[in-house]
Amino acid sequence: MSEHTSDVVIVGGGLIGAWTAFFLARRGQRVTLIEKGVVGAQSSGVNFGNLRLQGRFPGQYPLSLRSQALWEDFDALIGEDCEFEQTGHLYLAYDEEEHAKLESYAKVSESYGLAIERLGRAELKRRWPWLSERAIAATFSARDATANPRLATPAIARAAVRHGAVIRENTPVTAVDRSGDGFALTLADGGRLSCGALVNCAGAWALEIAEKFGETAPVFPAGPPQFVTEPFPYLIGPSVQAIDGSVIFRQIPRGNIILAGYPRTAADPANNRAPVPPAKTLAAMRALARVAPMLAQCHVIRVWSGIEAYLPDMIPVIGPSETTAGLFHAFGFCGHGFQIGPGVGLCLSEMIVDGATQTPLEPFSIGRFRSAAIISEKFRREFD
Amino acid sequence: MADIVIVGAGPAGISAAETLCAKGLKPVLIDEGARAGGQGYRRPADNLALDMNRLMGSEAGKYAALHRRFEALRAKIDYRPRTLVWAIDGNQLHLLQDGRAATLAFDRLLIASGAMDRVAPLPGWTLPGVFTLGGAQVALKDQGCLIGSRVAFLGSSPLLALAAKQYRDMGADIAVIADTTPFAAKAAALPALLRAPRTLLRGISYMGASLRAGTQMLHGVTPVAVEGEVRVEALLLRDAQGRERRFACDAVALGYGLKPETQLADLAQAEFAYDPDFRLHLPKIDGLGRARPGLYLAGDGVRIGGADAAEASGALAAHAILTDLGQPQDIELVRRLARQVERLRAFQRGLARAFAWPAAQIAALPDSVMLCRCENVTIGDVRMAMAKELGPIEVNRVKAMTRCGMGRCQGRVCGPALQEIVAAGRDGASAGRLRGQAPVKPIALAAAGDPA
Amino acid sequence: MDAPKPQFRRVAARAGQPAMLSFDGTTIRATTGDSVLAALLESGALIRRLEFGAEPRAGFCLMGACQDCWVWSAEGGRFRACTTEVADGMVLSAEPQLLGGADG
Ligand SMILES: Cc1cc2nc3c(=O)[nH]c(=O)nc-3n(C[C@H](O)[C@H](O)[C@H](O)COP(=O)(O)OP(=O)(O)OC[C@H]3O[C@@H](n4cnc5c(N)ncnc54)[C@H](O)[C@@H]3O)c2cc1C
Ligand SMILES: Cc1cc2nc3c(=O)[nH]c(=O)nc-3n(C[C@H](O)[C@H](O)[C@H](O)COP(=O)(O)OP(=O)(O)OC[C@H]3O[C@@H](n4cnc5c(N)ncnc54)[C@H](O)[C@@H]3O)c2cc1C
Ligand code: FES
Repeated sequence: MSEHTSDVVIVGGGLIGAWTAFFLARRGQRVTLIEKGVVGAQSSGVNFGNLRLQGRFPGQYPLSLRSQALWEDFDALIGEDCEFEQTGHLYLAYDEEEHAKLESYAKVSESYGLAIERLGRAELKRRWPWLSERAIAATFSARDATANPRLATPAIARAAVRHGAVIRENTPVTAVDRSGDGFALTLADGGRLSCGALVNCAGAWALEIAEKFGETAPVFPAGPPQFVTEPFPYLIGPSVQAIDGSVIFRQIPRGNIILAGYPRTAADPANNRAPVPPAKTLAAMRALARVAPMLAQCHVIRVWSGIEAYLPDMIPVIGPSETTAGLFHAFGFCGHGFQIGPGVGLCLSEMIVDGATQTPLEPFSIGRFRSAAIISEKFRREFD
Repeated sequence: MADIVIVGAGPAGISAAETLCAKGLKPVLIDEGARAGGQGYRRPADNLALDMNRLMGSEAGKYAALHRRFEALRAKIDYRPRTLVWAIDGNQLHLLQDGRAATLAFDRLLIASGAMDRVAPLPGWTLPGVFTLGGAQVALKDQGCLIGSRVAFLGSSPLLALAAKQYRDMGADIAVIADTTPFAAKAAALPALLRAPRTLLRGISYMGASLRAGTQMLHGVTPVAVEGEVRVEALLLRDAQGRERRFACDAVALGYGLKPETQLADLAQAEFAYDPDFRLHLPKIDGLGRARPGLYLAGDGVRIGGADAAEASGALAAHAILTDLGQPQDIELVRRLARQVERLRAFQRGLARAFAWPAAQIAALPDSVMLCRCENVTIGDVRMAMAKELGPIEVNRVKAMTRCGMGRCQGRVCGPALQEIVAAGRDGASAGRLRGQAPVKPIALAAAGDPA
Repeated sequence: MDAPKPQFRRVAARAGQPAMLSFDGTTIRATTGDSVLAALLESGALIRRLEFGAEPRAGFCLMGACQDCWVWSAEGGRFRACTTEVADGMVLSAEPQLLGGADG
């Protein structure tokens, strides 16, 4: 038995930290999760709630599918409901070029075993009569789902506690140092912790810890403008996304429509601010009316955004540090960390307990930023 | 020349515009309503045969004067009625005008957004026939209607008796005037009450008049329920002696004083501080109404003080603007206004003890009571969320977990009661402050313009 | 069928043009200048039904703050009844009216 206070300390009580704590605790590890505010109040608690499978970065499918299976099993695994709904996801193309892109996404999805339906104009009109005529084609993936982000992370954290994890809220980690072959942490309340393995999943604040150990990544904090409408009778069904990136929306069973628009806006993690310029709210409102004209008289009742860490190649950092044994990073989820959260937590727990995971994570190594970063086309298009 | 925008054409906004105009400035005056005057001095439609002199009683002169002053001002300012400010972004206002979004840049912004009733929930308060006390007055002044034929007035406010008097004069039966603050608390505050500004003195003297007219006026009541199947049929109370009393009625006017409409101040990034007398988080201002450079707050929208204080504080904030623009000021006049505002607001603070917000009664309400009218969240839902491991302990997280305060009204109605449920008997500050978010009122997608 | 007992009682006459509205299929006589809310409550005690459970609501603050008085118009539009004036020919409903069909 080591004389560390914990086997593993997790910095950051977002979705990633909560799932990681859950899986590690289930494996009998002595886990402590430290959160500067409260669990699941940042990106993880304010996101759009999409658990989308189609159209992902190809190298992410093994992780993504593993994650979806965990979401599908959420109630049994966690013992609480998080409003998980297998609504399916509808991707819309407005012109031939976009149609071709849809087709290439579909091929990738299918190569990983996903069932993708291809829909033409007539079929769209028949199945979703509220859709505008603008969409010329679409793909539908029935396994895609949605959940309520406000409920998910706290529920997972509670389940982790039931398995023995220790969670400390309102406790920022102020310093992390190497100590022997483990780590020593200092907390804002003066407390100290030591551990053999350290997980850095501090979201948009994660760079400080990485840089402390001689590694870096070009993190850019931002968030998409979001809004919700008043409730009205449930009729939309799937979560709907225009492939031009202008809008993504879904209706929850209570009747409200939730929307995320683009481009994203720079956020300020130091002051904990995620502004939503009203001009972007208006643009998103027009975009929604364009896709679903019958919503034109529907009222927007609240707007918000979040502080998410983006990277220029629009994929996260997940995996062991390249400089420091026992340190693991998982941050920079580029707006799609909700879906892969459970898989990331499971893989991290396997790497820590078993020394390796079956799921391929090479594309997500932090080492890729030692050379010049590749800038994704999405990154250019979807930010100001 | 600086672009000055005033939001709110009540007594505060009108006085501010007048003061600026007198110095040769031409402010923009924006109001959501179709007619200037604000809430207290609301002007009925021209075609309504309503005797405002009789309704306004001793305030009739002031009421008429404000509207006269506004008419004289109208052509000299850029007045924009029927215009909602729904968001503020840096030095831009986002407006909704005739169903269309527009923007307006400003150098200096004066927000005089007024107040709304503060209400405590009780079983049955969502039934048709339960309205706010201010709403009962609006029905009368704006529409020439009574909210019912036999009305119960419940809450804690000098305006309960005032409104009941207006209602009786207009032909309503008054079922009861029931105040939750014990009589002893009022007696203790009596010396302060005697220094009351006229309106309130009027309200207080009507308590006496009510009694003489045979209307039941109860103090120290505990509301039990509004009863009815699909509309109000009775109000059930426990009186100060603990006896259950049922009052048949077809409407209930509910009011525990007013609370400032601070959403715009929040979006304009005013700082807030908890005020233990009012048990509310209020924007911080200096003695003249400055909240931060370029942002000024006046009237009931920042501190409840009544119409006279609103007028004086509007003029005062306008003087602050002029000072900040480098214009020489009549120091004596400014001092006098400042003293007046301070005195009137201090009086309201004193009143908060004689007509107390029933924090303890609210904290003791049963789980089954509806708390959030918009999102259908009960007090029990909130308590259950808070009781969970890692459960929320402040209002914004409670909102995230339960949807309480997340609906169309953005917590305007349930916010003060939510605070007491979350504080559960502790200091109100411990519950935190519900943060405001745009839009301050719902806006239709179509307002954003042509989607094509 | 008996007309429901009105909630509001008019105590000041209004001079104005007559305006006819329909609410849930019932014809309502109003006068220009009336708010939609006053017009509806002068002939009943219902403005809307809550989306969650359909309980009846009839407004609350009467000053545009509580948002508990949104009625539906036949064209799928929405009005805040307390701050909207009646117009001749308005067709209103307490139940949601939306164009377009359900998920097929
Ligand atoms: C508006 C918005 C919409 C989105 N929509 C989707 C979507 O539909 N689908 C999807 O898959 N993804 C979506 N995302 C992305 C998704 O929310 C994130 O990728 C995911 O939540 C990241 O989880 P996390 O745990 O890494 O980060 P976070 O939730 O940010 O958690 C990090 C935590 O670390 C804590 N922390 C930081 N520093 C310290 C310190 N020094 N000490 C202690 N604690 C610290 C923070 O307080 C925070 O709670 C969206 C994001 C946003 C902002
Ligand atoms: C419903 C109600 C009834 C009242 N009745 C009486 C009474 O009978 N007698 C009495 O003495 N006092 C009454 N009062 C008290 C009243 O607050 C004061 O008497 C006085 O009106 C305060 O003046 P003010 O200028 O501060 O605000 P108000 O007179 O309330 O004026 C504020 C103005 O700001 C406008 N506004 C607010 N937000 C926005 C926005 N986002 N965009 C555009 N415009 C906006 C409103 O439309 C309003 O016209 C009442 C208050 C309320 C809430
Ligand atoms: S009754 Fe409150 S907004 Fe209309």
